[in-house]
Amino acid sequence: MKPRRLRNVAAQTALIPSWLIVIFAYIGTIAWTIRISFTSSGIFPHYDWVGLKQYDRLFDSHRWVVSVQNLAIFGVIFIVGCLVLGFLLAVFLDQKIRGEGILRTLFLYPYAMSFIVTGLVWQWILNPTLGIEQAMHAWGWSSFSFDWLARGDRAIYLVAFAGIWQSAGLVMAILLAGLRGIDEDLWKAARVDGIPAWRIYLSVVIPMLSGMFVTALVLLGIAVVKVYDLVVAMTGGGPGISTEVPAKFVIDYLFNRQNVALATAAASVMFVAVFVVVGPWLYSQYLRRRPGEAS
Amino acid sequence: MMRSVTKYALLGTAMGLLAAVPAAAQSSGSDGGKDKAEVIHWWTSGSEHAAVEQFEKAFDAQGGNWVDAAVAGGGGDAARTNGINRIVGGNPPDAMQFNTGKQFDELVQNGLLRNLDPLAQKYGWKKEINPVLLSAVTEDGHMYAVPVNIHSNIWLWYSNSALDKAGVKPPQSWDDFFKDADALKKAGIIPLAQAGDAWTQVLTFFNVLIGEGGKDLYMNVVKDRSADAIKSDAFMKVAQTFGKLRNYVDDGMQGRQWNQAIALVIDGKAGFNFMGDWAKGEITHDGKVPGKDVGCIPGLGHNAFWIGGDVFVFPKNAKDEKGQDLLAKVMLEPKVQVAFNKEKGSVPVLTDISTDDLDACATKGVNLLKKEDYVPSSDILISPDLTGSLTDLVSSFFTDKSMTPQAFVDNFADIMAK
Repeated sequence: MKPRRLRNVAAQTALIPSWLIVIFAYIGTIAWTIRISFTSSGIFPHYDWVGLKQYDRLFDSHRWVVSVQNLAIFGVIFIVGCLVLGFLLAVFLDQKIRGEGILRTLFLYPYAMSFIVTGLVWQWILNPTLGIEQAMHAWGWSSFSFDWLARGDRAIYLVAFAGIWQSAGLVMAILLAGLRGIDEDLWKAARVDGIPAWRIYLSVVIPMLSGMFVTALVLLGIAVVKVYDLVVAMTGGGPGISTEVPAKFVIDYLFNRQNVALATAAASVMFVAVFVVVGPWLYSQYLRRRPGEAS
Repeated sequence: MMRSVTKYALLGTAMGLLAAVPAAAQSSGSDGGKDKAEVIHWWTSGSEHAAVEQFEKAFDAQGGNWVDAAVAGGGGDAARTNGINRIVGGNPPDAMQFNTGKQFDELVQNGLLRNLDPLAQKYGWKKEINPVLLSAVTEDGHMYAVPVNIHSNIWLWYSNSALDKAGVKPPQSWDDFFKDADALKKAGIIPLAQAGDAWTQVLTFFNVLIGEGGKDLYMNVVKDRSADAIKSDAFMKVAQTFGKLRNYVDDGMQGRQWNQAIALVIDGKAGFNFMGDWAKGEITHDGKVPGKDVGCIPGLGHNAFWIGGDVFVFPKNAKDEKGQDLLAKVMLEPKVQVAFNKEKGSVPVLTDISTDDLDACATKGVNLLKKEDYVPSSDILISPDLTGSLTDLVSSFFTDKSMTPQAFVDNFADIMAK
């Protein structure tokens, strides 16, 4: 064994590239983005100072307000939907059923598709003149109507639905792994005590799986904040601006509308919002010293 | 000991990988002695593709090597995003498409585009190109882009077979239009084939603004951004007419592309479609005759020609400057101009080209141009940022029947006042 200090030097040297990436690629660009959001930049960054002008315009913009509302609606439905459906699928597969391998692959399969493909497929299926509605009419059920994709007040729910279809399989896979890790003896003991299965799931199994749930929640949360491709492929933000999301606002203003300052202001708001939510959790998980734990 | 060896090995591998990435990126780019030009454009529909092929063929025939970098979608949004990103990032394409207007102003101001004056002088372009277009690509007396076509966005296309079936005649006024639309609805035909993309709804709005309101109102509202004009009764009438159109579209609008919308009119499944004259490309591509099978009205109510179109810019520091020179020259050759514009459905940019073998609709357009009944496109008059805000408003209004014309006018005034 080498002396401890020498090993430390080696470790620190190996970490230099990572540190450089963290400092320049992450922290540096975040700081730069926030700086640009206080300027009047067009396509190109200028380094003047206009104060909170871009933020004023941002919160004055109807489209931004709609985008934020949509993100909230999408986020809640998508996360809750994925967790509930994923958990039910995992429990179903855990019943030692036949053909589990095939079913597992089937349920996980949508996750192998990108959001672009998911969006396009569901756009076609849900399009009133091409998909389900048209098929029902062709089969003679002419009063059937399902035009949510063409309705501004409903389309965002379909986007969330397509997201759930794509991602529920992932939650299932994570939770299934967790379920398999639960000791058989627990079930035997519960059976001896005559406790109904749903009660065991609710009061014993779910708390035991809390780590898995957090993992799934983090993955889904990231998917929500960055949702862009699904909307672009499925609705293009429409009808009108009714399914716009913040990430699309940023990209549209960054390039096509040639207003980098407004785009970076929107990006900064997104960053701060995520930071406010995730920061305390990160702190409690990693930075705070746990009681009774040596450093 | 074993562990630290592994660490160094990993570190070495990581550094090796880092070094290898730029090397791999450098290794592409040999062109076999030909003048290569990588061209970003958004011409991907059937007729557009046939048109851009005319450039490609002519360029390759003169010793060039056309590298196609088409990016589909959104009326060019995606292609422009891609191209601007590459120019700003220092890896510019050799040529890139924009709409005639302000979209590339900032690239010019930051010195990222080649000054084309030497070429213009050599080939005498400044005398030959239509003056409205020439001034649109000129900044401080220098030419920065090659205009390739003149398009008018404000056409109303109608299907003669659909109107016959509904027992009505082509409209002369907006009152006629709504009567026809009601009759079409009764006959079970889609009255108005509208695409779902926001830019196509903006285009329909400008059709109504110029057709119903006239070109003076258009100039007052869009160019001068006059609050009085926006609050006037004439503009309110425009908002009401535009709002009324919402009742004549079908549920399939969402997700429909512009070429699918005009295809409905070509097939007689829909009565009307508002679209630029590039729609003509789709009509001829389908073997139909514009002006006969599918009728055309340049601005219902007030006839006018909207001068817009496409240009190509040539970024500085691209890989092949000779390829850029050759491509610019080829694009403005009279023969190539005629071949390209015929497929594209547009009018050539060179003033002295004979317009004898143009179709009925293009002749209408050329006559309006000769009478100076034209307006510059909105892309020439307002910035992409402002266009973006208007797009959001127009598409929200058009897709949400609960929004009143009054609310539309108020929001419109707010946006224009900023």
